[in-house]
Amino acid sequence: MAQHYLTLELVDKSFQRGGTKTEVLTQVSLGVAKGEFISIIGHSGCGKSTLLNIIAGLTPATSGVVFLEGKTVDAPGPDRAVVFQNHSLLPWLTVYENVALAVGKVFRRTKSRAEQHDWILHNLDLVQMGHARDKRPGEISGGMKQRVGIARALSMEPKVLLLDEPFGALDALTRAHLQDAVMEIHARLGNTMIMITHDVDEAVLLSDRIVMMTNGPAARIGEVLDVPIVRPRNRIELAGDRTYLKCREAVLKFLYERHRFVEAAE
Amino acid sequence: MSVAQIHPAKPAPASVDARPMTPQARILSFMPRKPAEGSLARLPQLLRQLGESLLPPLITLAVLLAVWEVLCSSPTAPLPPPSRVLTESWQIIADPFYRGQGTDQGMFWQILASLQRVAIGYSLAAIAGIALGVLLGQSQWAMRGLDPIFQVLRTVPPLAWLPLSLAAFQDGAPSAIFVIFITAIWPVIINTAAGVRNIPQDYQNVARVLRLNGFEYFGRIMLPAAAPYIFTGLRIGVGLSWLAIVAAEMLIGGVGIGFFIWDAWNSSLISDIIVALIYVGVVGFFLDRLIALAGRLITRGTATA
Ligand SMILES: Nc1ncnc2c1ncn2[C@@H]1O[C@H](COP(=O)(O)OP(=O)(O)O)[C@@H](O)[C@H]1O
Ligand SMILES: [Mg+2]
Repeated sequence: MAQHYLTLELVDKSFQRGGTKTEVLTQVSLGVAKGEFISIIGHSGCGKSTLLNIIAGLTPATSGVVFLEGKTVDAPGPDRAVVFQNHSLLPWLTVYENVALAVGKVFRRTKSRAEQHDWILHNLDLVQMGHARDKRPGEISGGMKQRVGIARALSMEPKVLLLDEPFGALDALTRAHLQDAVMEIHARLGNTMIMITHDVDEAVLLSDRIVMMTNGPAARIGEVLDVPIVRPRNRIELAGDRTYLKCREAVLKFLYERHRFVEAAE
Repeated sequence: MSVAQIHPAKPAPASVDARPMTPQARILSFMPRKPAEGSLARLPQLLRQLGESLLPPLITLAVLLAVWEVLCSSPTAPLPPPSRVLTESWQIIADPFYRGQGTDQGMFWQILASLQRVAIGYSLAAIAGIALGVLLGQSQWAMRGLDPIFQVLRTVPPLAWLPLSLAAFQDGAPSAIFVIFITAIWPVIINTAAGVRNIPQDYQNVARVLRLNGFEYFGRIMLPAAAPYIFTGLRIGVGLSWLAIVAAEMLIGGVGIGFFIWDAWNSSLISDIIVALIYVGVVGFFLDRLIALAGRLITRGTATA
């Protein structure tokens, strides 16, 4: 098997609950190159979060393995930082302290206090949240919280950044802003990123490849689509771009023709 | 303490726009009418607010005193009217810092002795209660093993522990402290355990991604996340402690407000009892407010997400 930066090999996941076993994922295999931006798209409940949690090490796979740089992933760690769906900032800490908690833990030995301070501010500036550093999560908007969540994840200098529907709860305008911010960060830092979304445009705009999941139960990877659009990408210019439209159509076809979400399938 | 506070209440569900804990919000709720323009325009409004909150209890108090005065005015009445309480007990009202022989001390010293016992027993209960609550909240096995026992023990009335602790400690002072301890600990344990069990999975995931160790998790995530619950337990606990100390002191004797009341009864000084009751009520009220205030200060950020 070819060596990838991040490799998922025949990952299966089933949940056991009270004697009944639910198959969630079957035979998920995927290789991700360093610096690649991957989107995972699929109907809700198909197991996207479960897959991301397996990569993060938060959930153990029932069978199969995840390799990162040749090493088996078996526990969560800051090299696979997660931007959670609902920001998950600690409400009793300020914006600065939320990032500081991560920086203090990850760079305890390698950065001095002053360097840590600069690094926290640097990451807050990266998402344009330096101005709100002394606010608590309860005092800022949903979009700002999500920015801080991204800053916290970036501040860990992760090998892979995992984003679970990071913009799902935001209005269209804020969402577009944050998408641009993430694209810019990806261009600047060259991180490997895996993002879950159910937004077709978001997937095409941001990704190098789009992983399309079939419906659950026992979801698998249905198709992987290459998005051969040069970067930097501009959402307005892309609106009429042939490749963009073709990719968009391919994803839409997959989701709404071949794997239509059947209401109340269970 | 009102009935509503006695339940191990969940902290208000976190919502984005409701931020009852911020200073601004508190000031706003203090002035529910439309905000006035200048500070001069606000002054009469503030006075009115003050009047609205102070006047009703003052009126109620005056009416109650008047009714009491009338009801007990006959010379054969079993209880003294307020006017007679004032004259008969003027000595202990006027000189709370009086120092005499043995248990013959001013009200301040009596209250102080009781407060000291409560402080020791309650602090021990807080520490042990939080520790046991964390254990119960963290471990399924501790929960299964200990919870049924705790649920039975917590229904034992405080005073029922006194003979047993007198037998064990052979002395009144540690026995009274033990009664406080055993009274206050249950709500602390139960609420802390509920708080720890209710730590959102998200926070636990953050901790796991950051690889926080046990100490870091305890200090940075668990305590702050469970703080609103813990303070609910601490507040119920302090109220129960104060209830128990008066009763316990009646039995163990020595300096303390409980024995003072018992002593006054034995000497038929009904007026002194009434003065003591007022002291007990006021101190209990302030104890409750103190813990509530501490809770508000410490959990300021927690209730808003
Ligand atoms: N801890 C769990 N125990 C049992 N079933 C679970 C658990 N977590 C997720 N599931 C089930 O796995 C399926 C996939 O969930 P999830 O990964 O959250 O979907 P998605 O993120 O794609 O919406 C769902 O049917 C869900 O009910
Ligand atoms: Mg999900």
